[in-house]
Amino acid sequence: MTDNVIETQALTKRYGRATAVDGISFTVGRGEIFGLLGPNGAGKTTTILMMLGLTDVTSGTVRVLGHDPVREPLQVKRMVGYLPDTVGFYDYMTAEDNLRYTAALIGIPAADRSKRIASALERVGLQDVGRKHVGAFSRGMRQRLGLAEILMKDVSVAILDEPTSGLDPHATSELLEMIRSLKRDGVAVLLSSHLLERVQSVCDRVALFHSGKIALLGTVPELAREVLGGGYNVEVEADGEGLAVRFSEIAGVKAVDQSGPARYRLLADRDVRPQAAVAVVNAGGALRRLSVEEPSLDAIYNHYFQTHGGHDAAA
Amino acid sequence: MPQREGSPWRGLNVVFFRELFDHLTSVRMLVLEFLVVLFGAAVVYFAAEQIRNTTAEDPFLFLRLFAPPGQSLLSFVVVISILVPIMAIGLGFDAVNGEYNRRTMSRILSQPIYRDALLFGKFLAGLTTLTICLVTLWLLVIGFGLLRLGIPPGAEEIGRLLMFLVVTIAYAGVWLALSILLSVVFRSTATAALVALGLWLFLSLLWPALAQMLGEVISPSDMRFAQLGLPTPDTLMWQQGLSRLSPGTLYGEAVVAMLNPDAQSMTTLLAQFQGRIGSPLPFDQSIIQAWPQMVSLIAGMIVLYVVGYVAFQRQEVRA
Repeated sequence: MTDNVIETQALTKRYGRATAVDGISFTVGRGEIFGLLGPNGAGKTTTILMMLGLTDVTSGTVRVLGHDPVREPLQVKRMVGYLPDTVGFYDYMTAEDNLRYTAALIGIPAADRSKRIASALERVGLQDVGRKHVGAFSRGMRQRLGLAEILMKDVSVAILDEPTSGLDPHATSELLEMIRSLKRDGVAVLLSSHLLERVQSVCDRVALFHSGKIALLGTVPELAREVLGGGYNVEVEADGEGLAVRFSEIAGVKAVDQSGPARYRLLADRDVRPQAAVAVVNAGGALRRLSVEEPSLDAIYNHYFQTHGGHDAAA
Repeated sequence: MPQREGSPWRGLNVVFFRELFDHLTSVRMLVLEFLVVLFGAAVVYFAAEQIRNTTAEDPFLFLRLFAPPGQSLLSFVVVISILVPIMAIGLGFDAVNGEYNRRTMSRILSQPIYRDALLFGKFLAGLTTLTICLVTLWLLVIGFGLLRLGIPPGAEEIGRLLMFLVVTIAYAGVWLALSILLSVVFRSTATAALVALGLWLFLSLLWPALAQMLGEVISPSDMRFAQLGLPTPDTLMWQQGLSRLSPGTLYGEAVVAMLNPDAQSMTTLLAQFQGRIGSPLPFDQSIIQAWPQMVSLIAGMIVLYVVGYVAFQRQEVRA
């Protein structure tokens, strides 16, 4: 058995003539956080539903923990937790009763249910409202309750569809922290989002979707090198003779722009701030500012679709 | 292609008991129960008064409590035949689309159960709820009759009343299966409820008249029969066949056979030809008479459920 928990091979889904997912292949490793990123309607949710066996596969294969979701859906769903896009609960029931119903469906022994529900609610910070009706819950609390359900289920793969959409920045960072804690437990996390910037920080690897295809796949720095050429933009403000030439001699620097009389912009494939500082000092100049801009997924995504064919890169 | 693994019934009891609990504690059910008890009490009271005043010797006194002689509109049977479809529709119209609207469907289906268990659990819970209501009501009426009339029912009467209960549950099942089917087809609960009520009105009010007309169109009456004041057998056959497409007609015929042993409404024509005199039919003959209607009701329930099942299996989980 390989170390991959999810493997897809040329996975395709068609609705009539429309192709929602077009021959995608990727793997997710054990304990990895993998991001399916891209605009709405790019095929992220369809891909997720195929992994759970909730929709049929037109062609290609998908294996989750070595099982085929189409033929062995119960095996897959026993070991995979799913947080749907805008998750819903029975509003007239309490948070605990909602989880108790799911626990019974999962088949958790009756003796263990209360304990596991309590500890799951505590981990997501809902222990005080466990006996309140879900109807009074905010969106962030519902997302957390959904996460509690996954924790209670004790899964090895968690699939989260747009977990942060509609949340305020504080709730978002809380949720992302909970996702990191899942990874610490050794759970592989597959999450989808159209907000590239927000989830960039938690993902080990990402797949950028575009109209049903995976346009880019890899770690963020890898993609930056591939698409932007460099990835790191180092801004330098300094006086000194022949700085532009000295900067261009630094290993890793791809290009140097002089954007003002004493302003330079270095495009590099790594963080070259120390070397740039040394260069300024050696030239006898005065260093006023030195900053680095890390590669952003937004920049990568936009740059990629501006340069590749120019087909509708609508976000 | 290998078979899909696991049992389709996994989780059925969990879904069943939760739905049953939901039904029994819901305000909706309380209102419906209240309606039935109110109407039922009123008509049974009037029936009992009528019986006390007029009937001296009647072998089927208890049956008159349910279906007073003289085709009274205000009989218990009529109230039941109107209210049972409303109860069944009220329990089923948001069974499936309600889960989508609450956005709980994909979360529930991502648990290790098949869709079979969810749909069948909902159907069984609805049918059980209806059964509990009807049995309670049935016992209440019999208890009231014991107190008010002061005579215990005979064995044959009990048998007929039990068959009446079974037919009523099957009738409720047809409407429940229909409303669950509509809840699968329509994503909006309001649309599903309206279509279900519309179908109910159409089938119970318009269809009987329409069936008469259509029968006349398909097979016009023969002048020779009309001159004798008799209906043409072919026309009558068509009219009866068409009107039996409505579950209300089937239910009415089965109930008449069970509760009015001396009416023989379906075979009056036959009886006239045979020169039979209207004496009460024995119990077993009544069952034989109502058998096709009962089987049709149960078959209709199964067919409607299966159509809903297939539609649900093929449905995309996302809206």
